[in-house]
Amino acid sequence: MEELLEILNGLHDDVDYENEEHLIDNGILDSLDIVTLIAEISDRFGVTITARDIAPENFNSASAMAALIRRLEEEG
Amino acid sequence: MLFTSYPFIAFIAILLFAYYLVPRRVQAPLLLLASCAFYAFSGWENLFFIAFTVLTVWAGGVLLEKNLIRQKERLAAGELSPEEKKAIREGEKKKRKRLLAAVLLLNLAVLATVKYLGFFLESVNGVFGTAFGTPSDWIVPMGISFYTFQSIGYLVDVYRGTVPAQRNLWKLALFVSFFPQLVQGPISRYGDLSKTLFDPHPFRFGVLRRGLLRVLWGYFKKMVIADRLAVAVIAMTGGKDRGGFALALLFLYTIQLYADFTGGIDITIGLAEALGVTVAENFRRPYCAVSLKDYWRRWHISMCSWFRDYLFYPVSTSRLMRSLTKGAKKAFGDKAGRKVPLYLSSLIVWGTTGLWHGANWNFVMWGLANWAVLMISQECEGLYAAFHKRFPKTEGFGWRVFAVGRTFLLVAAMNLFDCYTTLGGTFGAFFSIFDPAAWAGFEPAGLLSLGLSGADFILTGICVVLMFGISLMGAKGDVRDRLARKPFALRLVLVVLLLFVVLIFGAYGRGYDAGQFIYNRF
Repeated sequence: MEELLEILNGLHDDVDYENEEHLIDNGILDSLDIVTLIAEISDRFGVTITARDIAPENFNSASAMAALIRRLEEEG
Repeated sequence: MLFTSYPFIAFIAILLFAYYLVPRRVQAPLLLLASCAFYAFSGWENLFFIAFTVLTVWAGGVLLEKNLIRQKERLAAGELSPEEKKAIREGEKKKRKRLLAAVLLLNLAVLATVKYLGFFLESVNGVFGTAFGTPSDWIVPMGISFYTFQSIGYLVDVYRGTVPAQRNLWKLALFVSFFPQLVQGPISRYGDLSKTLFDPHPFRFGVLRRGLLRVLWGYFKKMVIADRLAVAVIAMTGGKDRGGFALALLFLYTIQLYADFTGGIDITIGLAEALGVTVAENFRRPYCAVSLKDYWRRWHISMCSWFRDYLFYPVSTSRLMRSLTKGAKKAFGDKAGRKVPLYLSSLIVWGTTGLWHGANWNFVMWGLANWAVLMISQECEGLYAAFHKRFPKTEGFGWRVFAVGRTFLLVAAMNLFDCYTTLGGTFGAFFSIFDPAAWAGFEPAGLLSLGLSGADFILTGICVVLMFGISLMGAKGDVRDRLARKPFALRLVLVVLLLFVVLIFGAYGRGYDAGQFIYNRF
């Protein structure tokens, strides 16, 4: 989680990622951020995120992203 | 049959009457029939093109879903090891992918042939000096870009499992051909439109009145503002486009485009509303955007989100992009390499968005200009953040006004690409704004030689203020809801007044090309 928060803070350091639960719905992260984020996540965690995974429910909060990464890690 | 023609008004009147008169289970088939009739007016042969899309996409959706069911059954049958389950999932997914690709390619091939073959051959002839004959007399079927993209969106959603396949062929045909949005969108999502499109709709006067009020507002924007400004815009692009005229063109066309496109969408959404169908909004006060990025979240929302979900994300997360990123990291380091998917995918998306708007290099350049500005802004985000931190006052109202003005000018300048069919025309007009020689002898009174009188300009000015004023009021909730709370007499006076403004000041008759919507040709 800490590593993920580090990546997110690198995108926008003025967002309270630990408590914000509407990163997509409130337009805090846009499509350009998402693509940058996916490149970083793939790099650090070694998972492959596909277009099908890019849904608001997977990116609305840091915990949702962490859950997505966990799921992708488990699926191998 | 144009939205602004008398036959269309008669068509709508008859349809609304019949729609609420027939048994409710017949309403959806009636809408399909009306959509086919509407489409046939643009050329009966066009029905073959749309029928091809309906049939292939319907069959594709049904087969994709059948494959998903088969996969579930295979996974549920007997004890399977995780490796066996993975093999089944991957094998079936490969089949679905092939099927999806086949249907998409078929439909994109039709679109490419009728819309882009001429452009492609002309470009080849230009580069290689060949003499391939170009099919210049082909007429692009009305709305083919819109309904093809809408159908592709549906099929990809079925493939991703986010919507169920529509097994009823006629219902899918209605989704693809729903006439109010055939002309210029929006590009609806199946998950949104299907919620209300196939339902029975009992007659409710309030719903009908609300929808028709929006239709009237759309006609006001289109016929009183856009079609009047079109006269001056056509005169300027026809030759009077240097110096002061070029600057005037930049502003007038940007206002015309807004009135034309949002007016058309108001008619679409209002008509759908009158029929009890909800079509998603396509604009959110685009000229209040504080940056180009913000603008593209507000303008033609359905197209932008389509490109984002069905092109930008798939391309940026594709296997090819992953290997390119890997190579770039090795060559340029981790930090620069990670930017490859963003830059390259955006470039592909904006190049395609340009081509989607029209088969010529002007639109490609327009797309690339958007891409360049967006990428530069993206790179400078850290710099902007540091600037605002250092000068906190720059985040106030004054700064916002400046940012809105700056974005408007940028958008207006790029809209010039839309006014011409050649790059020479666009750049000639644009650079003349900065050429003192091109301004020689220019006087504001010269604008009265563009086919519009002083009274026309004053009327248009008042209407434009009203249009943007109402749009700003919409930020605090639907203006019609607020109007509904006013006394009946006041409402009646306002509606009758609006109707008379459209009837009296709408651009009709000789000298006016009331009709074609700008986005119609995309």
